[in-house]
Parts: sequence; structure tokens; C-alpha cells
Amino acid sequence: MAGVEDRPILFASVKKLAQWAQSGSLWPAQFGLACCAIEMMATAASRFDLSRFGAEVMRASPRQADVMIVAGRVSQKMAPIVRELYDQMPEPKWVIAMGACASVGGVFNNYAVVQGVDRVVPVDIYVPGCPPTPEGLLEAVMQLQKKIRMGGRPMAPVMPSPEEVAHA
Amino acid sequence: MAEIETTFGQVDPETGLKPMVINLGPQHPSTHGVLRVRLALDGEQVRACEPIIGYLHTGIEKNCEDLTFNQAITLTDRMDYLSPITNNFGYVLGVEKLLGVEVPKRCQYIRVMFAELSRLASHLVWLGTSAMDMGAMSPFFYTMQQREQILDLIEMSAGTRMNPSYFRVGGLLNDLPPGFEEKLRAFLDGFPHWLKEYYALLDRNPIWVERLKGTAPISAEQALDYGWTGPLLRACGVDRDLRKTNPYSSYEDFDFAVVTETDGDVYARYHVRMREMQESLKIIRQAIDNLPEGDWHVPGWKIYPPNKMEIGRNMEALIYHFKLFTEGIRVPAGEVYSAVEGPKGEIGYFIVSDGSGKPYRVRARGPSFYNLQALPVMVQDKILADVVAAIGSIDIVLGEVDR
Repeated sequence: MAGVEDRPILFASVKKLAQWAQSGSLWPAQFGLACCAIEMMATAASRFDLSRFGAEVMRASPRQADVMIVAGRVSQKMAPIVRELYDQMPEPKWVIAMGACASVGGVFNNYAVVQGVDRVVPVDIYVPGCPPTPEGLLEAVMQLQKKIRMGGRPMAPVMPSPEEVAHA
Repeated sequence: MAEIETTFGQVDPETGLKPMVINLGPQHPSTHGVLRVRLALDGEQVRACEPIIGYLHTGIEKNCEDLTFNQAITLTDRMDYLSPITNNFGYVLGVEKLLGVEVPKRCQYIRVMFAELSRLASHLVWLGTSAMDMGAMSPFFYTMQQREQILDLIEMSAGTRMNPSYFRVGGLLNDLPPGFEEKLRAFLDGFPHWLKEYYALLDRNPIWVERLKGTAPISAEQALDYGWTGPLLRACGVDRDLRKTNPYSSYEDFDFAVVTETDGDVYARYHVRMREMQESLKIIRQAIDNLPEGDWHVPGWKIYPPNKMEIGRNMEALIYHFKLFTEGIRVPAGEVYSAVEGPKGEIGYFIVSDGSGKPYRVRARGPSFYNLQALPVMVQDKILADVVAAIGSIDIVLGEVDR
């Protein structure tokens, strides 16, 4: 290995590189349910411009997507379809529960609404708000990117320890 | 129902083939939500079409019975989430009718202003998304940019961008904030330029015109039979507009035209909505120019709560405040139907009160529900791609269809 230091060679672990690449090109599934979907559209549109964070390629087919943004209330009738869409997404995949309804059922504590989409699919990031502001969704995307760079453990707590954050 | 089922399974006597049955949705980029449309296709021609709804059923009407009259406003927001303010409008007018009160002129004007602003916002989303359905991506970015200006105005006065619940029973959440008027005027001055820009993007675009002209037509009789209202009905040549026929909240003070077209196709609907935006601008300008001074909520503390400063000074105010927020407003027993002209049509509320602080029953008449049911008629024996154009032109919001 003598003399290697002088040459333009970059040492990195493949895993870290893959995680970095994954975090920088998230492809969300274009899949809106209710009010939050309009804010998701606003996030992708001109003012907030989701593409600054490399996550603007909304795919109409779940088979081409790796992030599912559950934007809105999930009704009992819709829940099996949400699960099916999640199953159709190729690994690795992540889920953002956008808004109060997708996170915990929101104001609709009744017979019709699933009390949190985490009863159907594993959720990585929860975004509070009804609906969350586009800034809120952008923050969630950035948190998710941080999580992916750290190894993207499924079902990991949303807030990592300070040491983990420092390394990410 | 039986008729549809036979069409779906029917064997063509000439070819001996069954039609191909496909599902458009519930996850499909052009269904604008979670609408599922079951289609029987012969090649590319639609032989039968059946919209299947209920994928966003939220139980809003049932939940309203559990909340006080003011709390239920928050749920009406979440029905037609493209223009929550017009949803609040119909509901609060209904409760006020039951109470037998009329809000002061200033409040009525502010309500008109916000209703028209949200009509603009809703039409802008419709324009952007339906252009996107037709393959034109750029209008979406232009329309959303102007929509953000409107949402800023709403955020300024109501504190939140979407679902603001700005209208309350007997008044508003608060008066117009300082600096609002200048910002609104800046928007009003800038918007006509952008409207021209939208026309420039679409109106002479041969693809857009070819695609929409003569697509998914419907006659005025059929439209009325299906209970159509709003811009869709006006595109068939029927000049029905609740703002003119049953003026509410001082709409009779404003000078505006009811926009109609005669063709009843998707292109006519596009033109009606575009010209409606111009009329809305006129109304907003008149409202801000002639905005009366004075109170912006009903006097007394029985309906509209006393302000916080008063609570600190006055024991009685504190009692009224406490009662209003624990028991709610005591609305006399009775029933009422009140409707307003929303961006999609007639948004009506049938409210029954049993004299307590909570509604006994709230039934909402969502215009999208009635507009959607004519989809099979519009696309019968047309090609599959026209279904997408037809759905886009109805401007459905599934939250309102399923409630």
C-alpha cells in the first residue's frame, strides 16, 4: 500500500456509498389519499421544490418507487390496497406517514378510519400536522435521508442519539 | 346495477368474445384520489363503466354528531379539501339560520372574499392537474405558484394554509390582520397577468384543444337529470348559480356575471372555469373596495365567545366563555337546509338540531358525488383515454364524494 496516499484514490465502504446514493435519490410513489396529498403536490411544485432534496421523481407505479408517502386518512376499505401497494414496492423501501390521520387516525376516531397506517405497513417517519406544511414534509424527507445514511434500520426510532447524528 | 353486470359479462354475438374488464384505480395518477373505475373494454372502446367509491369514507357525518356545532366546522374542512372555506360557509350559514341570527355586513363581505379566494385556489389546482393528465406538465407549476399566494393570504388571517376553519358560527376566527389588504391588492393586481399566461399555455395549444373539444359531452337535460350543479352544469348552457338565484351573505351587492357555455364538453368546462376565475377576481376586488367598517361577529356572548381581554376583566364573560366551550352553542330544535355555490357546485348541508349543543344530524350534499355519477354516460362508447379527460373535467374531490 506504499505510495497510495499520493494518488487520487478514494477509500470508502461499499455499504456507505450505497446508502449515500440511496438517500440522495428517493423515488416516492405518486399516491395521494386525502388533504395531505394536496400539500404533497405543493411540496413537489415550484415554491417548495422537493427536487432540491433529490426526491421529486414521483412514480405512478409502486414497482418503480422506494418511498411511500401515505398522505391522508386510510379508510378500512383502502387499508388492504395500501398494504398491496407496499408489497409491490421493491426493497429497500421506506414509508412516511404524512399527517395526523396517517399517523394515528387524526380527528377521525370512528368506525371508518384505520387508527394509524402503522397498523398496516411499517412506518419510518411520522409527520405531524393536519395537514403538515410542505416544510414539515421536507423535514421528514431530510430525516429519512439521515436515517438511510445511518443504515436505515426498519422500525428504528425516529430521533437517533446525538452520536449517531454526528456520524451520519 | 343488474344492467351493468350483464354488460360486463356479455359475449359479443359476432366475435364470441367477452369484453376486457379493467380497473382504473384506486391507485392511479389520474383519478385524483382514490376513485376506482371499473371498465369493460372492447379494444379501446368503453362498453361499460362503473365508478366504485367509498375508498375514502371517513364517517364525517357521523362524527359531526359527537362534536359541538363549532367543533364540527373542522370536519367540514376535510370534505372538499381543495376549497375548505366554501365548505365552512354552507355549514355556518345553516347553523346561523337555525339560530335566527345574521352576521354583520363586514363579516359577510369578508366571507364572500374568502369564498372567492378559495374558488380561485380550487380552480387553479383543477387547471394544473387536469393539464397534467393531458400531458402538459408546466401549467401545474404555474398554477401552484399562484395558489401559494392565496394560501399565504389564508394563512395570514386564519393561521393555517389548508383546512383553516376560518368561518365560525356567528362570525369569523378573527378580523382581517394588519397588512392583509395590501397583500390582497398585490395579488389581485398580479393575477390577471398569470391568467393570461395560463391562456397562452393552453388555449392555443393544438394538443389541448384537439384533446378536449367534443370529448365526453353531455346534454343539459341529462346533466339536470343527474343532479349536476356548478361549472359543469353551466358548461351545458344552464345558468344556474346559487350566488344569483338564492343570494346569501350579501352576494346581491356584487356585480358579476354567471358564466355559461353551450357545448357541454370538456373544452366548455375548461372555459367556464377560466372565465369564472375572472369573475371571482371582480368580486374580490369589489369586496375589498367596499369593505364596511364595524363588527365582524354577532354582538353578545351567547353565540360568539367574548374576547380574551374581556375574560380577564369580567366574571360574566368568563362564564359565557366556559359555557360556550364546554356545552357549545344552544341551537333551537329544528332542521334546516342551507347551500352555497362552491367551486364544484352546490354544497348543501341539512342540519337537524334537538336543542342541545351538538347537532343531531348533519347531512352534506357534496357536488362531486352527483357530478361523478354521470361519468358512465359521458364515456359510453368512447375511447379509454377519454375517461381520463372526463374524470379530470369533473374536478372530483373524493373526500367530498365519500365523506
